[in-house]
Amino acid sequence: MRLNELTIKDAHEGLKKKQFSAVELTKAVLSEIKKKEKTIRAYITVTEQEALDGARKVDQLITDNQPLGPLSGIPVAVKDVISTQGVETSAGSKILEGYIPPYDATVVQKLREQNVVIIGKTNCDEFAMGSSTENSAYQKTKNPHDTTRVPGGSSGGSAAAVAAHECLLSLGSDTGGSIRQPAALCGVVGLKPTYGRVSRYGLIAMASSLDTIGPIAKTVEDAALALTLIAGHDPLDATTRNVPVPDYTKKLRDGIVGVRVGVPREYFGQGLNTDVRKMVERAIKQLEEQGAKVVEISLPYQEYALAVYYIIVPSEISANMARFDGVRYGKDRAHFGDEVKRRIMLGTYTLSSGYYDQYYNKAAKVRALIKRDFDEAFRKVDVIIGPTSPSVAWKFGEKTDNPLEMYLSDIYTITANLVGIPGISIPCGQVQGLPVGLQIMGPHFGEEKVLQIAYAYEQTTK
Amino acid sequence: MTKSNTITKATVAHVVKLANLKLTPQELELFTRQLSQILEYVGQLEQVDTKNIQPIAQITGLENVERSDEPTTQPLTQEEVLFNASSTHNNLFKVKAILKESSDM
Repeated sequence: MRLNELTIKDAHEGLKKKQFSAVELTKAVLSEIKKKEKTIRAYITVTEQEALDGARKVDQLITDNQPLGPLSGIPVAVKDVISTQGVETSAGSKILEGYIPPYDATVVQKLREQNVVIIGKTNCDEFAMGSSTENSAYQKTKNPHDTTRVPGGSSGGSAAAVAAHECLLSLGSDTGGSIRQPAALCGVVGLKPTYGRVSRYGLIAMASSLDTIGPIAKTVEDAALALTLIAGHDPLDATTRNVPVPDYTKKLRDGIVGVRVGVPREYFGQGLNTDVRKMVERAIKQLEEQGAKVVEISLPYQEYALAVYYIIVPSEISANMARFDGVRYGKDRAHFGDEVKRRIMLGTYTLSSGYYDQYYNKAAKVRALIKRDFDEAFRKVDVIIGPTSPSVAWKFGEKTDNPLEMYLSDIYTITANLVGIPGISIPCGQVQGLPVGLQIMGPHFGEEKVLQIAYAYEQTTK
Repeated sequence: MTKSNTITKATVAHVVKLANLKLTPQELELFTRQLSQILEYVGQLEQVDTKNIQPIAQITGLENVERSDEPTTQPLTQEEVLFNASSTHNNLFKVKAILKESSDM
């Protein structure tokens, strides 16, 4: 196996046992990037020199017999909406072309503290607004499983980079499915943590009451390792909670006998591709065979989730995007792309005098009802399981003319954001060579349980 | 769907002004159509009975998060703050004038 194809866990073992150096590991990733980027185009920026300098530092630590963190020397890619000091952070937008953040996001700071090797910045929909990464102002990222198809989005570059072994791990952001949906479409693991579990300080905000940062990885265990590193309270993000951060790998092997798995009937209705449905049902059956107790549940307000989402998100966007005045940073507002303009206009309208009650306030009330659905469900079950995305990866251009159809590809992921709960997408087979994702959601701060079940399922597929 | 959920070109033009955006006439046409479609879709929320339901704007349950009134990080230097500015003057951000000169002032 080539070094860039290793999991974090195996790469860490190899570094510790001096089977290879951190520089060799980083070079393997860089040479894969050189080979594949002509077609995949997952990266907006590759920080080759910084990465090699970082790897050398780790090799020095190894030579000096210093303790290594689980991610020390691991080549990691960072979505371009996450601020990196001294490295251009464009958010996939022309308005921020050339913008060099003067500070690191907290998650990046945490990576640096453990001597993680940051390999570059990954492509995404402009300001993370989109579901296919086609809204990037720079390039179209291809799905490594079929380069005529989208990688999903908005963290499409982060998911494609992991799937193409152009990094060992990446960070993405998830406001309505932007980690889980591209992970599903690219056949990798994507974890959206509980709202308030991971600091968003330094994340270029889209919808502040929903935005989260999380890992995209090759395995559940790697995702657990990454979450353990990036989670925790941060005085610079007042929405983070002071909940202790466990070692998320500790309970992975606890098994799933007796675990109550809720299957919401609303996730298997109209709009779900039949082949995707079969794969997800097969996965649920496998969990049952392993000893999980499958319980049918109902989330009656699910059908309104997308409508709620597309009022609340544009409303928050119109406020967040007001900061782009072309004075302190960035260019003038003429550089916004179509989807960004669409959402700013929509939010400006739904928040405007005379419409606030009809739209925003109404949506905030239905959001409360959706939350109540989930609160009630989690009294009966430990996790909720279903498809991540209603279909496999689609062709470029297929949904770009119809914003609503594009929005529908996030139908199963947006609720976790509205309710603030964690969710993971893991591969559960393929349909005509294209990956299908299984989504597992847990209650607030229930990441350990979610990871445990994801891990148990992952073992059945090996 | 009720009429209240469609949007006219004039309203979109007004929103564009409020949001400090600029659209070409073709864009105005296209966005009016697309925004109408989206508003029609989200209009389905009218069917939901939300009597006596308290709206939620966030889901953390956290309230009044405070911190001590001290700087928590190394402050940025003036040079760092101005680095990304499109235009500066005497180590300050340069902005467009918003007030007109008046002779009787």
